[in-house]
Amino acid sequence: MLKIRNLEAGYGKLKVLRRVSMHVAPGEIVTIIGANGAGKTTLLNTISGLIRARAGEIVFDGKEVGRMPAEKVVLLGCSLVPEGRQVFSSMTVKENLILGAYVQYRRNKKDLLPAGLAKVYGLFPVLKDRERQLAGTLSGGEQQMLAIGRALMGEPRLIMMDEPSMGLAPLIVKDIFAIVRRLREEGNTVLLVEQNAKAALRIADRGYVIETGRIILQGTAEDMLANKDVQRAYLGRDLDAETMV
Amino acid sequence: MYWEPENETMKRDEREQLQLERLEATLNRVHMNVPFYRKKFDSLGIDTDDIRSLDDIRKLPFTTKNDLRDNYPYGLFAVPLREVVRIHASSGTTGMSTVVGYTKNDIKTWSNLVARILTAAGITKDDVIQIAFGYGLFTGGFGLHYGAERIGASVIPISSGNTARQIKIMQDFRTTALICTPSYALLIADTIAEMGIGINSFSLKYGLFGAEPWSEAMRKEIQDKLKIVATDNYGLSEVMGPGVAGECTERNGLHINEDHFLVEVINPETLEAVAPGEVGELVITTLTKEAFPVIRFRTRDLTRLIPEPCPCGRTLRRMHRVMGRTDDMLIIKGVNVFPSQIEHVLFDIEGTEPHYQIIVDRKGAMDDVTVKVEVSEPIFFDEMKKQNELVDLIKRRLASELGIGVGVKLVEKKSIERSEGKAKRVIDLRKI
Repeated sequence: MLKIRNLEAGYGKLKVLRRVSMHVAPGEIVTIIGANGAGKTTLLNTISGLIRARAGEIVFDGKEVGRMPAEKVVLLGCSLVPEGRQVFSSMTVKENLILGAYVQYRRNKKDLLPAGLAKVYGLFPVLKDRERQLAGTLSGGEQQMLAIGRALMGEPRLIMMDEPSMGLAPLIVKDIFAIVRRLREEGNTVLLVEQNAKAALRIADRGYVIETGRIILQGTAEDMLANKDVQRAYLGRDLDAETMV
Repeated sequence: MYWEPENETMKRDEREQLQLERLEATLNRVHMNVPFYRKKFDSLGIDTDDIRSLDDIRKLPFTTKNDLRDNYPYGLFAVPLREVVRIHASSGTTGMSTVVGYTKNDIKTWSNLVARILTAAGITKDDVIQIAFGYGLFTGGFGLHYGAERIGASVIPISSGNTARQIKIMQDFRTTALICTPSYALLIADTIAEMGIGINSFSLKYGLFGAEPWSEAMRKEIQDKLKIVATDNYGLSEVMGPGVAGECTERNGLHINEDHFLVEVINPETLEAVAPGEVGELVITTLTKEAFPVIRFRTRDLTRLIPEPCPCGRTLRRMHRVMGRTDDMLIIKGVNVFPSQIEHVLFDIEGTEPHYQIIVDRKGAMDDVTVKVEVSEPIFFDEMKKQNELVDLIKRRLASELGIGVGVKLVEKKSIERSEGKAKRVIDLRKI
């Protein structure tokens, strides 16, 4: 579905992605884990077309999207749930969702709108309850649901999520990961960037570890959970202390 | 039957993407964690970020057995020792041993890859497998053992040696699959015949043989004598051990586990890639090893890749059975000669046994080769004339196969030392 080869990207003189190759197959949950500043968000932003790729290929469903503007990438079926949710706080929940269906308008498929809303409300009943409320008045968890719902309104085949658990209470984080799992069960494909590596690897099929703009490990989520480097660096296990006991 | 159908029948372009991802991650890791590779790449001015395709691997330097020896014992490990759960050492057939390590994930991968090879060879969980490879530092025994357990077969870890006991256990335990070197399989077959036991009193169905080069003629002989389906498999401890490649029941080349190993075939003299399908030295880069990754390891094994698809449905490319070793390659009177060529000729000649030895010496400035061949008993009682005829026939056939004349000496059956492990086929007495 998504195939990336030797991607390079950055900001101004700063090279953030040095050489990234990865792929996502249909129906998979793939997670990218890594420390702050490793290049996770840059990677998602480059795939989304928010940042232009400097070199390499991004192929989505057989089409090269590396130099495509963001709106065209969304139109092809690849949506981003951005870091920090970024809902339009002075608009209502429903208006936020309708904005997510902007591509349906472009396709002259606005009659699909009620069905899209129904689907999102089915997934997140709380959004239906707060339909007329301003997005800025929602709790963090609700805003995250709204951000996911907004992305789903574009009927994407690939949903990319940037740190959906960030800043949320542990119980809410659990809900968010349950939603990701449910999205996959309903046939969606998910590319998930997370600092909460343990939770992400538990729901993912495969994972990549990114460090200073390069992939240093890849494999099944199960193998990555068993990898000592991953445990030490990203799962917060102090192996030295454990061996002493 | 496949063990990991998705990986074994993956489309070519999907696998190439996977290989590239894994190659790049491996290069990033060795550059970070193995000073040997970092220094070598840096001193050659190689930036691993410039490796952007599978073919780009040709920009990287080779790793040789000597590099492994120079970094004895742990110098090339890419993880700290506390993450290593197993240590093996190469069998050291030719020289000092080299040490390799495995993480928990490596052992899991290894078991799965051996399970693939066993499954491809026809083995299932219902089989009783007698593993007559040496257990210990040699990777053969343990490697196959873990793979056999992985598929759920019943494993008899008998290890090598004590042929009479092997045969008794094979009979009593109703062994259905034998795993050892091909030369040892032949020794077992001959011993069974000598003991006068009918092969039909055994339950053997399959044999998986490896760890040394053997010929198609030898396969035929083993299959006929033991009444089994005999498949070839390939591996080497420096890269992982058994599980690198193995034949399916088509018995027409060994499927390489390409999602875990990137292979190249090079001309051992020019070090350039040979044309597709041509014979050369196999070079392997590991794509998933954690503890002991190797980059462009020169195996010294001679083979060629078979690009045509296999009827079994696996998309994993095949390699021809190993034709010899570059260091077994004898340069006689300037001509490259492989023991396997000689073996091939002998198998086709009536009256000879599949046991032989090649003795190379120097007379004056000239290389002199004598092939000692065991003959079946009756011929020694026959008249001299028949013996001479046989010698002439072997000489003629060898000359046409090798392109040089060699001496032939007939010896009595069993006068050449038998091996329970790897057979020693060449004795080079030349002092240059």
